[in-house]
Amino acid sequence: MASSQSTMVGAGNPVLKWLLRLLVVGYLFLLVAWPSGYIVRRTFEDGTQSFLDALSDPDVTHALKLSVTVALVAVLINLVFGVGMSLLLVRFEFPGKRVLSALIDLPMAISPIVVGLALILVYNGRYGWFGPTLEDAGLQVVFAKPGMIMATAFVALPLVIREVVPVLEDMGDEQEQAANSLGANAWQTFWRITLPGIKWAVVYGVVLSLARSLGEFGAVKVVAGNVSGETTTAPVLVQQKYQNFEQGTAYAVAFVLVAVAVVALIVVALLRPSEHKTARARVGAGKEPS
Amino acid sequence: MSTATTSVAGGRPARVRRSASRHSLTRGSSLGLGVALIWFSLLVLIPLCAVIATAGENGWGTFSDALTNRQTLNALKLTVLSSLGVTAVNIVMGTIIAWVLVRDRFPGKGLIDLVIDIPFAMPTIVAGLVLLSLYGPESPLGVEVNNTRKAVFLALAFVTVPFVVRTVQPVLEEMETDVEDAAASLGASRATTFRRIILPTLAPAIFAGATLSFARAISEYGSLVLLSGNLPNRTEVASVRVYSAIEGGNQQSAAAVATILLLVALVAIVVFDLIQRRLARRG
Repeated sequence: MASSQSTMVGAGNPVLKWLLRLLVVGYLFLLVAWPSGYIVRRTFEDGTQSFLDALSDPDVTHALKLSVTVALVAVLINLVFGVGMSLLLVRFEFPGKRVLSALIDLPMAISPIVVGLALILVYNGRYGWFGPTLEDAGLQVVFAKPGMIMATAFVALPLVIREVVPVLEDMGDEQEQAANSLGANAWQTFWRITLPGIKWAVVYGVVLSLARSLGEFGAVKVVAGNVSGETTTAPVLVQQKYQNFEQGTAYAVAFVLVAVAVVALIVVALLRPSEHKTARARVGAGKEPS
Repeated sequence: MSTATTSVAGGRPARVRRSASRHSLTRGSSLGLGVALIWFSLLVLIPLCAVIATAGENGWGTFSDALTNRQTLNALKLTVLSSLGVTAVNIVMGTIIAWVLVRDRFPGKGLIDLVIDIPFAMPTIVAGLVLLSLYGPESPLGVEVNNTRKAVFLALAFVTVPFVVRTVQPVLEEMETDVEDAAASLGASRATTFRRIILPTLAPAIFAGATLSFARAISEYGSLVLLSGNLPNRTEVASVRVYSAIEGGNQQSAAAVATILLLVALVAIVVFDLIQRRLARRG
């Protein structure tokens, strides 16, 4: 099999090739694969029953439910915002577009703790810029669900946009214009032409956002405070249980979170080839780049 | 909020005609842009401004207090130095991993592709727990790094694995091998081909990945909580410092350290961009 690659640089020297393979496999095995796999052993070393017992702990079910609720709302917001923003950035011209597109990547470079700090400085009920006013109007943001949803939405904000924008650019707008000229309104054009074209990028972005949102720790921890378990999400519970020497429970919750993340990755890996194929087919069909 | 933003996508029905097409905003899309900008400001821009404004409330006093505090200074130093070290490791290892993934072929390669994404999808607190179970007090390997600076390095290396790989990989896939073949047939050694042909092409991608990985490393929090022990002056990083200031009700010094972190990220982006340009020019 490898002999078909003989023209490629690096393939000529088998020693170098094996050295690189060994280096890569060894590095990733020791750093990522082994630790990630080892957690399975730790979780089930006392048998499946203790794993199930740990999961039926009311603290755990409450935290998992809360995490799922917060993540779903945050992903929904980011989905709508992300698709809309991508369309605006790719299909329209307006002043400040380049700045906006740079700013959207900002959340990736900010510490989750700073995200939390930023949100409480504005929305804290006592000293925040808007907090007291909102609290008078009956909306508590910090130490409650709205703040946790905002923190989660903040950290996962660019994920959908990063997936959708390149696909939209690649797709071009000839078909949309054709639909328009045939009398379709903007809404019909979006549902029948644009959305089918970006479908897989959207799904990919949503899966990534969901994994990120379920696992968000630092930002949510700052915003949620310690309201006696009411606002404890699953990742925060992992820390609490571990530090309270309930390691079995900590590993059980961690295992659930890892399982969700790995399933999300497998879903994405299964989706990715189809996306690649269509991209290649489009290039093959002689479409001029950009 | 969400229903209003949906109309961004659709624009306003019926009014959009070809002549009004994509270069200027229609009424519907400007409404959508307005709603999206308000949400973005409320969520991201105003809160970040609040951090900088709070830090600057007393002029430079808060900053000089933060920078003269030995514990804070040590935390910042540890954060920046470890992040630079981890980024250097990623530049080398990330490029090699991407190279092997694109140019080599062997059974199980798909699995490696999957493993690389694990740190990106895994919750940070779980990443810390996972590393602790293998390299912590009950380590089956007998390697015990928890509560040391090595633990900080390990955690940062774990969470930043995907960045350089994922930026270099697509560029390497697009790259034609015939230029390399031509160089080789003209008598260039493998090292020369790598230095003169391959590296300049990959440099922008490598440094884009390095920037992401550095930015991620200096802002890391979750994976360090359980693993590094957060010992003052020894294994405490900047994010942990910000967190304890928030917990202690000292929002101003939290904001000062946070602003310094933002500045470091900004400087890093500029510096990495300069290096990358220089490398790309040396074709």
